[in-house]
Amino acid sequence: MTPRDLVPIIAFGVVVVAAALLVTSNVALNFLVFTMIIALAAQGWNLLGGYGGQFSFGHAAFFGTGAYLTAILQLRFGMGAYPAFAAGIAGAALVGLAIGALAFRSGLKGSYFALVTLAFAEVFRVLANAAEITGGAAGILIRLEVNPANFQFADRGTFLMVAGSLVTLALLATLALERSRLGAQLVAVRENEAAAQALGVDVLAVKLRAITLSAGMTGAAGGLYAQYFLYLDANIAYGTWISVEALLAPIVGGAGTVFGPVLGAVILHGLAEATKSVAGRIPGIDLVVFGIVLILVVRFPPRDIPGLLRRWRR
Amino acid sequence: MGLPPEIILEAVLNGLLTGAVYGLVALGLTLVYGVLHIINFAHGALLTMAMYAAYVAWASLGVDPYVAALPLAALFFGIGYLVQRLVIGPASRGKDENILLVTLGLSIIIENLMLAVFRSDTRSIDVPYAMDVIEAGPTLLSYPRVIGFVATIAVGVALYVLMRFTMTGKAIRAVAKERTGAALVGIDVAHVYAVTFGIGTACLAIAAAMLLPSFYVSPRVGNAFVLVAFTIVVLGGMGSVVGALVGGLVIGVVESLSGLFLGESLGQIGIFLIFILVLLVRPTGLFGARA
Repeated sequence: MTPRDLVPIIAFGVVVVAAALLVTSNVALNFLVFTMIIALAAQGWNLLGGYGGQFSFGHAAFFGTGAYLTAILQLRFGMGAYPAFAAGIAGAALVGLAIGALAFRSGLKGSYFALVTLAFAEVFRVLANAAEITGGAAGILIRLEVNPANFQFADRGTFLMVAGSLVTLALLATLALERSRLGAQLVAVRENEAAAQALGVDVLAVKLRAITLSAGMTGAAGGLYAQYFLYLDANIAYGTWISVEALLAPIVGGAGTVFGPVLGAVILHGLAEATKSVAGRIPGIDLVVFGIVLILVVRFPPRDIPGLLRRWRR
Repeated sequence: MGLPPEIILEAVLNGLLTGAVYGLVALGLTLVYGVLHIINFAHGALLTMAMYAAYVAWASLGVDPYVAALPLAALFFGIGYLVQRLVIGPASRGKDENILLVTLGLSIIIENLMLAVFRSDTRSIDVPYAMDVIEAGPTLLSYPRVIGFVATIAVGVALYVLMRFTMTGKAIRAVAKERTGAALVGIDVAHVYAVTFGIGTACLAIAAAMLLPSFYVSPRVGNAFVLVAFTIVVLGGMGSVVGALVGGLVIGVVESLSGLFLGESLGQIGIFLIFILVLLVRPTGLFGARA
């Protein structure tokens, strides 16, 4: 990693901090915080899906575990907010390791891996909806005690700074991974698993490390969500919406790149807001746009766009 | 568990009946997989759309879902054909992960269009026979479910005849076995893909018409069925038609029994656990060939 590589990441951090200090509208701050949470979840997906080529359709399992642990450890076990948040990340990482161990050991890949992750997320959702410790279908509220020591802040700007710093850290971690041996092995597995294996890459170990890191990062997004909104239920924490968001942003912004998930999250949620302001409050209309964007991005990969334009101009 | 045997027997029988309709949903999925080798993540959303279509036929036109079943099947054959021909085929350019994403995108679009049009209210139709039962020995069977069972068998037979004795069926089988070879002898592979996708979607339309009298409709209702259908397809073996029907019956019984013993909300867990277990232990399913 050279200082030059760090410039865009530092620039990103500065922009977020500046936004946190300058923006006063609560609507705009809400939008930014939410986008940061999605970007963090998506960065997690990117580690496994983007660099490793293992497409998970169930990152909600990690997001929800991070979120619920952060809430439950505070409420039911009297833990401080920060240790609970850290435990949430660790718990999500462990869930990732466990699901990875089961799925990758059985040699699941492609659509099968997508299916099994989807099923795990659904199992968690049904369980959380029925269990007592999660508050069941009624959900769980984190007590409102605004105090930085409780990971609760009086104004949204401060929270944006915290969320932005976490995303910046995630960007740094992703860059470090990209430049590391593990990152190179991961890309090798994505491009050609058999060839990677033949060259002596321990494919299973590489995938397991990737899913653990990936789950931990998405779990951090879940914990952040819990601390920001102070309310969770099974359909939020383990809902398919977050699995889709976590996957969509990197695909749209560029899977397997450092800035792809952030870029994708900003583009998608910018589009969603624009759609809402044009079409009014029709439920679901923003997601229709997401679906269309997803298909268009697959049909016309952004990296091909310069080529397409050149051909079109000719 | 001190439950009397009649109750358990009734649960098993009703599970078999519901399972048959699940099998019908799974049939479309497994057919598409068998020929196109893709997992269609839009299957659930297409089912939701078909259920709304049957709902509209009843609510605005007053057509009984059982009467609407065949016209809807024709309509959804067309929809499926066009979706594969115009969207999935061109957008995925033959790449597995692209198909995954395109069908996911389609499901997001359809599901949320339904939400935008019909809002999130659950709707159901009020047919006079919804609560009717048929006496079979000591047990009572729900009339709509018996009809659904019969329809599934009929569709199964019709599909068998189609695949076995028609030129279209022959072309589909040829493409499923050897895509390049089929193209070389002059079969229009893109057309066969679209026809197959259309047939799969038509199965959904019939399933939707069978489900409507006893199930409610909401924009996300398809998700519940499609996870069950995935389970069935995985259990029965991807691409196996017999597997889908048998798997459907098995899953119907499992759901019915686990609902009886664990309660409604945890009843689904049994299905997911089977799903995960089969995926982990034998991803080719009980009837599928080794990959």
